[in-house]
Amino acid sequence: MQVPAYVEYEKATSLTHALSLLAKFGPEARVLAGGHSLIPMMKLRLAQPETLIDINGLTELSYLDSTGTELRIGAMTRHAELLGSRLAGQHFPILHDAERVIADPVVRLWGTVGGSLCQADPSEDLSAAFAALEATMVIAGIEGKRTVPAREFHIGPYETVVGPGEILTEIKIALMPGGGSAYEKVGRRAGDWPVAAAGAAVWLEGNLIRTAGIGLTAVGAPQFAAREAEESLIGAPATQEAFARAGRLAAEHCRPVFDQRGPVEYKRHLASELTVRALRRAVERARG
Amino acid sequence: MRITLTVNGTEYSRIIEPRLLLIHLIRDELRLTGSHWGCDTSNCGACVLWLDETPVKSCTVLAAMADGRRVMTVEGLAAGTRLDPVQEGFARCHGLQCGFCTPGMMLTARWLLDHHPDPSEADIREALSGQVCRCTGYENIVRAVRWAADYEAAQDQADHS
Repeated sequence: MQVPAYVEYEKATSLTHALSLLAKFGPEARVLAGGHSLIPMMKLRLAQPETLIDINGLTELSYLDSTGTELRIGAMTRHAELLGSRLAGQHFPILHDAERVIADPVVRLWGTVGGSLCQADPSEDLSAAFAALEATMVIAGIEGKRTVPAREFHIGPYETVVGPGEILTEIKIALMPGGGSAYEKVGRRAGDWPVAAAGAAVWLEGNLIRTAGIGLTAVGAPQFAAREAEESLIGAPATQEAFARAGRLAAEHCRPVFDQRGPVEYKRHLASELTVRALRRAVERARG
Repeated sequence: MRITLTVNGTEYSRIIEPRLLLIHLIRDELRLTGSHWGCDTSNCGACVLWLDETPVKSCTVLAAMADGRRVMTVEGLAAGTRLDPVQEGFARCHGLQCGFCTPGMMLTARWLLDHHPDPSEADIREALSGQVCRCTGYENIVRAVRWAADYEAAQDQADHS
């Protein structure tokens, strides 16, 4: 029988209330969103917070809308809500590709976008998708809000820049015309963490790639991004050769480790191949 | 801490440790043993019940999180002595052998049909992909859900004619 260790529990009723509870209970308090990452970690004693601050009542953090220049995703948005959002899918199909392969439909109904990001598992899918899209994270503290680029959000495995008294409240993605995006994942079985996965977001000008973002997960890419691969694409024609070169660079510059999901060489192979496939599909979508 | 929740229409109030998992509250405290406790890792889906309007894997939800909310377990599916069409489908199509996964399967299936009354076989398999059955295989489970969908469509038509 797996149960979490003894813990105190507080139910937050608003963002302000949650922040004041975090201030009151100090650095050993943890925010509890859907709990589908945190509670399993607590069962295994990999996380042992003294106090849980439950933010499931914070409907103010549950939204998905467009300001005209940005798509805004509230941190308490459930995975199923992101997957079900026509708005998100229309602008950034990469998000739907990724959500479709995150855990299973029941877990997606309760697990949250913000919770997944803050858990900061090095194999997490949305971290790679948001890295590809160069999203911006909004973090609230008692003093106010600050923004951090997605590519500066993670400090390392299971660690983010969200401080002890802070809460991730929103993810923002700039809306730019002429783009396409896609996510490709290989897992051992349905609903599993990836052996490797790659996301691509491209913006075209004619047949030339104006901007490209490539996200990688589960293969030890710094900040879930493949910068060298991206640089090789900017200004290049959107051809299979360019995709193949980007794939090679993505594989060269990531640092996968051998574990129960596979050996290093296999993961590098996947990093390359999935980058190519994601780019191909992203470009197809950009061309409409 | 004290929590109050409504399970299958009945209000319960209990003093609990905050670390108590919802599945254990339901089974051990409230003695509603229809919900099963399986893998403990939110993989198998035997513990699925509804929290408000949503199926959840209750081995991965704290009982404290259900405070002030409504829970529906498999015991709440039937209306009195009339089985829910999903239950009827499982009975008619032999959608179970040992029955361990059945409560979770039926609660997710109920949610699927509420949101998607005419699911394809692929839709049913996708919806149930977070639930594991280790004995009958899935053919009869999919048939059972489809039976319920057909039954409900026929009922709807009868109501409108």
